[in-house]
Amino acid sequence: MATDAIDTAIDTAIEPDYQRQQYAYTPCAEQRPGHAAGAPHPVVVVGAGPVGLATAIDLARHGVPVVLIDDDCTLSTGSRAICFAKRTLDIFDRLGCAGRMVEKGVRWHLGKVFLRDSLVYAFDLLPESGHQRPAFINLQQYYVEGYLLDLARALPNIDIRWKSRAVNLESRDDHVALTVETPDGCYTLCGRYVVAADGSRSGLRKLMGLESHGHTFRDRFLIADVKMEAAFPPERWFWFDPPFHPNQSVLLHRQPDNVWRIDFQLGWDADPVLEKTPERVIPRVRALLGPEAKFELEWVSVYTFSCVRMDRFRHGRVLFAGDAAHGVSPFGARGANSGVQDAENLAWKLAYVLAGRAPDSLLDTYASEREFAADENIRHSTRSTDFITPKSAVSRTFRDAVLTLARDHGFARQLVNSGRLSVPAVLHESPLNTADGDGETFAGTMVPGAACADAPVCGMAGVTGEPWLLPRLGDQFVALIFGAPAGLDAATRSALQALQQGAVPLRLVFVTDAAIAASADPWPGATVVRDVEGLAARRYDARAGTCYLIRPDQHVCARWRTVDAARIGAALDRAIGQAGQGRPAVAPAPKPMAMA
Amino acid sequence: MPLNTAPNLTRPDDFYEALIDMHRDLDDAASQAANARLILLLANHIGDHQTLLEALALAREAP
Repeated sequence: MATDAIDTAIDTAIEPDYQRQQYAYTPCAEQRPGHAAGAPHPVVVVGAGPVGLATAIDLARHGVPVVLIDDDCTLSTGSRAICFAKRTLDIFDRLGCAGRMVEKGVRWHLGKVFLRDSLVYAFDLLPESGHQRPAFINLQQYYVEGYLLDLARALPNIDIRWKSRAVNLESRDDHVALTVETPDGCYTLCGRYVVAADGSRSGLRKLMGLESHGHTFRDRFLIADVKMEAAFPPERWFWFDPPFHPNQSVLLHRQPDNVWRIDFQLGWDADPVLEKTPERVIPRVRALLGPEAKFELEWVSVYTFSCVRMDRFRHGRVLFAGDAAHGVSPFGARGANSGVQDAENLAWKLAYVLAGRAPDSLLDTYASEREFAADENIRHSTRSTDFITPKSAVSRTFRDAVLTLARDHGFARQLVNSGRLSVPAVLHESPLNTADGDGETFAGTMVPGAACADAPVCGMAGVTGEPWLLPRLGDQFVALIFGAPAGLDAATRSALQALQQGAVPLRLVFVTDAAIAASADPWPGATVVRDVEGLAARRYDARAGTCYLIRPDQHVCARWRTVDAARIGAALDRAIGQAGQGRPAVAPAPKPMAMA
Repeated sequence: MPLNTAPNLTRPDDFYEALIDMHRDLDDAASQAANARLILLLANHIGDHQTLLEALALAREAP
């Protein structure tokens, strides 16, 4: 299938039962008798959930060997993250496992909001075509982790250590020393950098004496995974005050394997122990589905939600990512999705610092960019949860006023907030961006700091490749140039070729609107694609000569109306945190990428 | 656009009576609900965020 073509080849003929999968603990090199302490590992990632796995895989793709430790030996259990957003799928595409996920997952893009028994509001999260990936897929977290893990285990430079718990952390001059507890006792694991991706109850955060701060919502939600055949369409349905659960909210999502996720708001006074019992849960589900419905309860739990974050995500050589750094209520699907975006932001920066291509201070921008994104996610999730769980009587009065007016008035429908679904934060204030020049104006959304838009493209005649723009971007810096190579003068061409071979290698991608002849103007290391529907030019507001500089994490960091190699070089320096410091005199030997 | 607190009601006494009359036969809870709807309707009509913030700030000020 075309959608699987860019996935790394994994034997998927027999898919394991990821919910019951166990992974083997084996003693590591450091535990063998007579082992002499060598150099610290470049990176130790703590936590093999979606964020730790994505970080490890991305680092490995950059040629960085990774030790990934997890205190358990299984994948996630229960009902955890299920809605994976387009940006996350684009990231997983670059890593090499989105095809499997989209194949298995339930795609959706429509949401409906009901008040009592009538539809109040419907929204479409991806109203336009011309994108490879859907707005959302629903997929159980154990599948996402399982597919990531299959990919990680196939990579040669990820050393995965199960049943390995970090019980002590010592920051030293040029590395971090972790004491790791295993079934065979403790050993010391040293990393030049440590990525703490160990979840909302992060052990590393506690070991460092740090805390997350924020707000806990005085409410309880029953989360049920229900296996059933049901006729609901694959849409996100949210009810305020439905007849089957009066005065409270209900959220319904479809997952693969005929499993449905239902969230029932219970209120603060509900008994969290009692409400988990089948005697309480089954009648609630039956009220929603009808008396004849056949279903099984797969998972039941009661949650209280919080929106919290650490003040700083970087503490010396320890970088916090995912739920370890920030947590949100689930309305909006901004938890796992933002964590995976943390991973893609961090991995290339760590790789560049470790390769000597960028100063250590580049890692400060991981923290500042992702703290900014976390604030945006917390703001949205908080607003949604305030609407679903009003904090005061007057807040409830306004909430109900919005819902009442929404039936008849479009303006009030805009205010109905059952969740503002995850989109990538635009890193407006990042110091790695180069602002648009005076007189160079652009329409549209591809501003510096934005995640790149996809568009349908085709490659040169006879050369295969994905018929999409995004797979051409990422992993390295890319100059995305609208126009044919022949349109550049010799001096520009020569200057761009120098940048391609520079200390921070630059890949060139040309986007043309004319048919490309295979023999036209070959340029080593450059890709030429045709903008088959004109959507790339439209989305990037491009004219002939428009040039974008794209980061390894597929974010725009600069753009111009003409191709000027000096400006590109300056923007590249800025984008690796080296603005004004000049380029290293000698390019360090480039590290080979792990992936062919 | 700055909030206009200069006289701008075309029929001040008529408006005042209509406002009180809106609440005729409503109990307290129903009145609160009606006030909330009125605020939202009028806020949307005004639209401009800075103007609305000014009004909110003035309203919150204790005398």
